[in-house]
Amino acid sequence: MLSLPNLASDFAAIWLTFKLATVVTLILLLIGTPIAWWLARTRSWWKGPVGAIVALPIVLPPTVLGFYLLLVMGPQGAVGQFTEWAGIGLLPFTFWGLVVASVFYSMPFVVQPIQNAFEAIGERPLEAAATLRASPLDAFFSVAVPLAKPGFITAAILGFAHTVGEFGVVLMIGGNIPEKTRVVSVLIYDHVEALEYTQAHWLAGGMLIFSFFVLLALYSLNPSGKRK
Amino acid sequence: MNAIRVCFALLICLLSLPALAGGKITIAAAADLKFALEEILVAFRQANPADEVETIYGSSGKFHTQIQQGAPFDLYFSADIEYPRLLAKEGLSASAARPYAVGRIVLWSVSRDARQMTLADLANPAIRKIAIANPRHAPYGKRAEEALRAAGVWDKVESRLVMGENIAQTAQYVQTGNADVGIIALSLALNKELATKGGYALIPSKLHQPLEQGFIITKRAAGNPLAKQFADTMDSPEARRIMVRWGFTLPQEATR
Repeated sequence: MLSLPNLASDFAAIWLTFKLATVVTLILLLIGTPIAWWLARTRSWWKGPVGAIVALPIVLPPTVLGFYLLLVMGPQGAVGQFTEWAGIGLLPFTFWGLVVASVFYSMPFVVQPIQNAFEAIGERPLEAAATLRASPLDAFFSVAVPLAKPGFITAAILGFAHTVGEFGVVLMIGGNIPEKTRVVSVLIYDHVEALEYTQAHWLAGGMLIFSFFVLLALYSLNPSGKRK
Repeated sequence: MNAIRVCFALLICLLSLPALAGGKITIAAAADLKFALEEILVAFRQANPADEVETIYGSSGKFHTQIQQGAPFDLYFSADIEYPRLLAKEGLSASAARPYAVGRIVLWSVSRDARQMTLADLANPAIRKIAIANPRHAPYGKRAEEALRAAGVWDKVESRLVMGENIAQTAQYVQTGNADVGIIALSLALNKELATKGGYALIPSKLHQPLEQGFIITKRAAGNPLAKQFADTMDSPEARRIMVRWGFTLPQEATR
């Protein structure tokens, strides 16, 4: 007999995860695009250091990020004191705390595909736009962004999926609060620890299928990555 | 070609690191035992210099699952004797579950003086976040929930609770100031690093079920004399003294 999942709490976690990943992806597309554009076009000495900082979450264990965020956003930390002063309160254990953490955590997965797409465009289409008297802003929106569309799609999918897959950082700063910080990955961990394997299976199996189709979508959008 | 040879040479060096002369045990222990067990181990290691003892601290529930799945632990010290009892029932242990201590929970804070605090004070909305271990699987969390309910404040605090994965993480939420107050293990509140900050108030044990803690020798260690030796060490007067010093009550019944 297959028993049904505990609907209320499991669906709350699924909805929360979806909401978190959507908000984070939108924020990252907004702030990641100018960063990617700058990284793709600059000849500044700062390109190396900035690129390295953006890429840090790829190599850092999530615990490092979680540990520092907990300290920095806590009452003794700089960010914590600022948010208290601004009347927002402290960020750990809140939905927006997770958003801030995930924006850092998923940043490279959004910035890098967009940056690669911008770099692949090269100078010529933009020079052509300039000879047609397009302003730099106009050239950016009507030439660079449409040409980089595959990069944006890849970035959005990866940013969303990577945020859904986040675990270590959430465990460290989340506090496991229903409907605020208890996301699917943490709930699976809870189910396993509480020996509720049936419920863990529902969610874990769901994540497996979700992740497979995300990657499938990604690879069918960019079959070889070298298409002209 | 050379690079490949270097890689192989390195790999072989790494894999052939010290083959041990003595015995070896790995102990998986509940996070509340951290300080007490390390102290007991100092003497044990001195008495057995040739042997190697490894300790891993974490949540009791996670270790239970891992041992079920064949984790390489020789002894399992749980904060709730129910977990080792379950393993014994499933035939995964080489000993019956032995009680070794009864734990206590305390209210603890770094930002306010918790020494005079009672559970009723938690109803005060000025306390914004209250940390407890996750009651769904952490023994200390279960007792914390029972105590909060018995004190009649559960409904008033529920929306302000944050939950640690185990009792050590719960303490860390309080220590970093992210939670104003926490309900943690007395054995952690007595630690030097935590004791110098804020203070703690013992929660009356009549408010919750006893935190009966137990351990087993796992099935894989059935033939490991060092595991048996360490299990017996827990009965020694010295080990019992250390447990008491770290805030544990000793079990009533004989531990054999």
